[in-house]
Amino acid sequence: MGNDPVVRMAGISKSFLRVSANREIDFELYRGEICSILGENGAGKSTLMNILYGLYRPDKGKIFLKGKEVEIDSPKEAIGMGIGMVHQHFNLVPTLQVWENIVLGKDRRFILNKGEACRSIAKISDSYGLKVDPEAFVWQLSVGEKQKVEIVKALFRGVEILILDEPTAVLTPQEAEALFSVLRNMVKGKISIIFISHKLKEVLNISDRIVVLRRGRVLGSKRTRETSAPELAALMVGSNESFKVKGKRRSPGDRIILKVEELSAPSDMGYEALKNISFTIHEGEILGLAGVSGNGQRELAEILNGIRKPAAGRVHYLDKPIPFVSPDALVRSGWARIPEDRMVQGVILNLDLTDNFLLENHCDSDFRYGPFVNYNKSKNFAKKLIELYDIRPPLPDVPVKTLSGGNIQKLILAREFSLQPRMVIVSQPTRGLDIKALTYIRNLLIDQREKGAAILLISEDLDEIFELSDRIAVIYEGEIVGIFSDKAADRIQVGLLMAGLAVDSTR
Amino acid sequence: MRIYLQRRPPLPWWGIALLPIAAVLLSILFSSLLIAISGVDIFNAWYLILTHSLGSRFAFLETLVKMAPLVFTGLAVSVAFKASFWNIGAEGQLYVGALVAAALGILPVKLPSFLHILLIISGGFLAGGLTAAIPGYLKARLNVSDVVTTLLMNYIIILMIEALLNGPWRDALSGWPHSPSILESARFPIFVARSRFHLGILLMLIAVGFVYVLFKKTALGYRIKVFGENPQAAFFGGIPTGRILVIAAFLSGGLAGLAGVGEVCAVQYYLISNLSTGYGYFGIVIAVLGRLNPVGVLLSAFYFAAIITGGQGMSRMTGVPVYIAEVIQGITLLCMLAVMLFNEYRLKIE
Repeated sequence: MGNDPVVRMAGISKSFLRVSANREIDFELYRGEICSILGENGAGKSTLMNILYGLYRPDKGKIFLKGKEVEIDSPKEAIGMGIGMVHQHFNLVPTLQVWENIVLGKDRRFILNKGEACRSIAKISDSYGLKVDPEAFVWQLSVGEKQKVEIVKALFRGVEILILDEPTAVLTPQEAEALFSVLRNMVKGKISIIFISHKLKEVLNISDRIVVLRRGRVLGSKRTRETSAPELAALMVGSNESFKVKGKRRSPGDRIILKVEELSAPSDMGYEALKNISFTIHEGEILGLAGVSGNGQRELAEILNGIRKPAAGRVHYLDKPIPFVSPDALVRSGWARIPEDRMVQGVILNLDLTDNFLLENHCDSDFRYGPFVNYNKSKNFAKKLIELYDIRPPLPDVPVKTLSGGNIQKLILAREFSLQPRMVIVSQPTRGLDIKALTYIRNLLIDQREKGAAILLISEDLDEIFELSDRIAVIYEGEIVGIFSDKAADRIQVGLLMAGLAVDSTR
Repeated sequence: MRIYLQRRPPLPWWGIALLPIAAVLLSILFSSLLIAISGVDIFNAWYLILTHSLGSRFAFLETLVKMAPLVFTGLAVSVAFKASFWNIGAEGQLYVGALVAAALGILPVKLPSFLHILLIISGGFLAGGLTAAIPGYLKARLNVSDVVTTLLMNYIIILMIEALLNGPWRDALSGWPHSPSILESARFPIFVARSRFHLGILLMLIAVGFVYVLFKKTALGYRIKVFGENPQAAFFGGIPTGRILVIAAFLSGGLAGLAGVGEVCAVQYYLISNLSTGYGYFGIVIAVLGRLNPVGVLLSAFYFAAIITGGQGMSRMTGVPVYIAEVIQGITLLCMLAVMLFNEYRLKIE
């Protein structure tokens, strides 16, 4: 550390349309350090790093690499200069195998040498503890596994500067800790790391230096040793804004709303993703399902969302077995479903807010006469929900793609909860959202609980699980390895179970 | 100096309306170059195109006659494309509609004209629709590429019709490969004396209205739109995606079938193997130029029809090959595709 910076960005400004994402940002990265960029969603972290990675051109400002001014016009040039980036949304080709994705664009020979590629992948995997199966197809991988592939891909290209955009969003505490030790090993060599995050705790844990961004400006650059969580939080969210999730008041009822019995299902890869899963959820209860991604949560969510059929087992809803015919039947009987991949399954980005609100109820007699949709009524319905859920911009006829992630999630919840559900299936409700939107969404879930809905909360965010759940179930390799009541649950124990380290007494 | 594209905020409605006009102007510019190369005075050529397409009552009505099949295939393609069903088979579906019209048109039963015509229209729509529903079903069920199946079905249909025309339906007297003439009762009424302004043109306006209402007002149109934009969200939301895809394919094929019905019942009065001069393929150009909007389809079909009738006249007078009309259409599509880029981007030079 010390001496001259490897990267210096001076006076960087960038605006999109009328919104400025970066304003006069100065940023430095020194050799062999981990520098975190901390800020809420929309603070301009990703924009700044995308500029460094050659994806965006800055409107103003200069970039110096090892003291020399450079222009980075494309990720290819960035990689050539030794800058790698792992994005929050992955850039992998789903139909190709892992090793093919890793050598993509790097191995330029006519015939690819698979053996050689797999050997070097194995070497990288071993030395950093990043386990990937080079022959798996990317579409078969879970989100967490895809991220590992992305990191290996960057390392395979021999980068010296690695940018990680919210890398821990998909990892367990243990895995995150493992990643951190990998990162610490990497910086001991000659690699410098930029770590983008909005999670205070991990930033304090991993970085040497922390740069706080808010609304496109740098609000401070602190050495980790010389700062504290409250100081950073204040910088990050502005003064004294307090975000608090409401407390739970009612205790869960006795009535069993959902009863899942010995449910089994294969994954897309053909192995058993769910093995004899059983649990119940009561009226006014939130059951949190904790687990690392890729342990069967996706399959479970898809079955309960009505878009995948189980191989065996029964699901009873209000004492009646549910037929796995269509999502429609579930919605009609009072299920609200919030999908994991909100951009793909939750909304239609090119259509406007009104059309998106209509997705599940355009057939209701409320909005329909004969073969026609009552668009006047629909628009008023949209306006009502927009106001009730404070969705911005409050315009029913703009395409949803112009909304931020938090507002898109609000839209989905507004739509689902407008049907007064008795059963709520929600996956990763706050992934990638800033603290304000996240608090809002969590409060909405609590509201539904207070109204008596049974909620299955599938989340990889332990804070969220602990904050919201009445009971916590842990899933590992397709099995429920423990169910705890709110008070009996212990973070360390849950974390260990998530990582597959069974504690005898809990079984 | 560097030239690059920069994302821009969404265009206002007039900007969106301006893009096709810009494309048409550009295409006129480029085709003028070609006309000049063939040694003809450009201004005279365009003057001739204009007068022969719009210059007289007769020319104008002829343009409308040419326009009808283009509107039908243009609507057919836009309905399909809205559902992300890439129907390249409007040409084949048109011929199936024409085949059914020719067959029903010689039915040896006495029917009142309006019933006969109603029968033919329904039959042609149904037949064209079922033809397109096959690739629709294959895509919904087995994920078979719609581009491949719809395109290749064109050849199957057209070659089978040629076999029919050269075999059982060959005209016994003249020996020409065309079907027997349809009965008087099957012919579309003509509305304007001494012209070919026929029922099909009215039908075309009804079809435009139908597609407009379909997507603006109906639940089915909503479902097709949602499915076309994001099949995964549609499925998640409980829309029966397979059924919607097949229905959209059916409607698309039916509209293309009506183009064939019109050509048989109002223009030729029998089926010939070159009934369509590529109307099904022009439909793609027209749908894209009209931005999949029924009113846009109407306008772009009018433009192309004018180019075709005007181009024929101009070619007769000057000796520029008659293919100039098709060349202009091709250029227009390329210009439209290029210009559409500016819907989301602006050119920056610094």
